[in-house]
Amino acid sequence: MSLRIVVTVKYVPDATGDRHFADDLTVDRDDVDGLLSELDEYAVEQALQIADEADDAEITILTVGPEDAKDALRKALSMGADKAIHVEDDDLHGTDAIGTSLVLAKAIEKAGYDLVISGMASTDGTMGVVPALLAERLGVPQVTLLSEVSVEDGTVKGRRDGDAASELLEASLPAVVSVTDQSGEARYPSFKGIMAAKKKPVQSWDLSDLDIEAEEVGLEGAWTAVDSAAERPARTAGTIVKDEGEGGKQLAEFLAGQKFI
Amino acid sequence: MAEVLVYVDHVDGAVRKPTLELLTLARRIGEPVAVALGNGAADTAAALAEHGAVKVLTHDAAEYADYLVVPKVDALQAAYEAVSPVAVLVPSSAEAKEIAARLAVRIGSGIITDAVDLEAGDEGPVATQSVFAASFSTKSRVAKGTPVITVKPNSAAVEAAPAAGTVEALDVTFGALATGTKVTGRTPRESTGRPELTEAAIVVSGGRGVNGAENFPIIEALADSLGAAVGASRAAVDAGWYPHTNQVGQTGKSVSPQLYIANGISGAIQHRAGMQTSKTIVAVNKDAEAPIFDLVDYGVVGDLFDVVPQLTEEINSRKG
Ligand SMILES: Cc1cc2nc3c(=O)[nH]c(=O)nc-3n(C[C@H](O)[C@H](O)[C@H](O)COP(=O)(O)OP(=O)(O)OC[C@H]3O[C@@H](n4cnc5c(N)ncnc54)[C@H](O)[C@@H]3O)c2cc1C
Ligand SMILES: Nc1ncnc2c1ncn2[C@@H]1O[C@H](COP(=O)(O)O)[C@@H](O)[C@H]1O
Repeated sequence: MSLRIVVTVKYVPDATGDRHFADDLTVDRDDVDGLLSELDEYAVEQALQIADEADDAEITILTVGPEDAKDALRKALSMGADKAIHVEDDDLHGTDAIGTSLVLAKAIEKAGYDLVISGMASTDGTMGVVPALLAERLGVPQVTLLSEVSVEDGTVKGRRDGDAASELLEASLPAVVSVTDQSGEARYPSFKGIMAAKKKPVQSWDLSDLDIEAEEVGLEGAWTAVDSAAERPARTAGTIVKDEGEGGKQLAEFLAGQKFI
Repeated sequence: MAEVLVYVDHVDGAVRKPTLELLTLARRIGEPVAVALGNGAADTAAALAEHGAVKVLTHDAAEYADYLVVPKVDALQAAYEAVSPVAVLVPSSAEAKEIAARLAVRIGSGIITDAVDLEAGDEGPVATQSVFAASFSTKSRVAKGTPVITVKPNSAAVEAAPAAGTVEALDVTFGALATGTKVTGRTPRESTGRPELTEAAIVVSGGRGVNGAENFPIIEALADSLGAAVGASRAAVDAGWYPHTNQVGQTGKSVSPQLYIANGISGAIQHRAGMQTSKTIVAVNKDAEAPIFDLVDYGVVGDLFDVVPQLTEEINSRKG
């Protein structure tokens, strides 16, 4: 039987752009270019490698996001995934991590899956909790933050390099996996891949397709409330000296003045 | 008085510093009740009591070491049900964040991750977060359920506040999912003898400018002269010059020390994301245009191979 892989990807504002908040204190998505979160490219890459090793596998890319999130889906399809699902609904605006995990979990169940692969964190929210939330909601093992992953005979194995130890992990499918940026460079889409992606199917689902009520998600339904957002004051300009042979000593003098020495 | 559940991060009974900081913050909201799990759990009690824990709930079982995350979620949930706290505070380590998130779904609560400060508010605890690579600071609350909040290291000062710290055994029944992900092997990280990166008061980092693993001892020597932890940029890590566990930035550690010294690091947004909230920032870079200089309190435009050894020597001689 075919191995059904669902990769969750997020469409995020470019981290190198001037990111800020909209008036309702949600992430402003209008003034900064969006893209497929770089950290989710690693998830797509590992899905492609796992599919290569399997006899028969199908990769579905899933995103929950605004209209433009289609760009993220196209990019993942052009890397080589087979099809995509876009969950899009005006009522989703302002949904937080708990709500997003609800929508993703329902969509994953509806799509059908053996393996879910997520990125380690989104580059805008940087919470790194959605994969664990998906495992909790789907009631399947979580094998997260892997720097190495493989699937064989219905078992997923991986290595998790934590602070205190490097751990080898194992779970049977179905399971939720997340991979780090140590898992291996993501491939660039080829010209052929980009052309092929244009013909790959992208389904659109809204909340009613997933039996989710509007009150359960969005800004109103959010489990957390942002009361204020303030730009950090720019750091006051410091002293910059050019090394003329005494740079190290000058720096030592500064550190001594600050009581670090 | 209302109780606040505090999840304890410890290594075989030795409580890690971020948990003691958490106790400082917890006392602003209520009486801290600590939950310590796994090998050495009961040995944490003295340190926790010293820092304000009125109660320490402990439990040990093989499952905590043999299976990933879920056994700890089951235990934290058991503690939550036993205590009915007004908030649950968890250190922002990778694992503890996952534990906190799963607990939040189970108890029907919202979650805030990576708080850098916490105050009591009229509508529950107010968390300060640093977002978009620390270019914004937000204040938020959990709007539904009992707030579950994870807090970053160095968010508060450790304060002694002796309390009873009564040890109680926690009753835990593991669910069917607890044994879902087996840990089949574990290689503990070797200790370098240097402070933990996220907890250190001073961090000395090296980037691509260090130009090879063989040159990192120059960075280490400076770090050792200051009793600092060693960090690295992703460029240095990707080149294989320094371990990934030492990477500072968006996909590495985020640090907030009293002093951060960046050597041969350009200051890309993803690196800044992990160090921008440091109190004092110093950089050595031969390119006067490097963006890192926008952040510094003191910068030296120069070759790190000249500046860094001279600095180290000067520090060592001043120490006498
Ligand atoms: C999704 C994503 C996540 C990322 N996460 C991280 C992260 O967690 N951490 C991180 O650091 N980066 C991260 N990056 C990478 C980041 O964008 C930069 O590429 C990286 O930080 C550059 O490292 P660097 O400053 O050491 O190298 P460079 O940008 O190449 O800078 C090297 C600097 O060294 C200086 N130099 C060279 N020789 C000398 C000398 N002899 N003396 C003094 N100065 C010298 C140069 O002038 C230059 O400024 C991430 C990128 C992406 C896309
Ligand atoms: N809106 C979304 N749509 C699809 N996947 C998402 C979304 N938000 C988060 N994810 C997935 O969850 C991972 C962790 O995200 P986070 O917990 O938000 O940092 C990401 O790398 C994605 O794989």
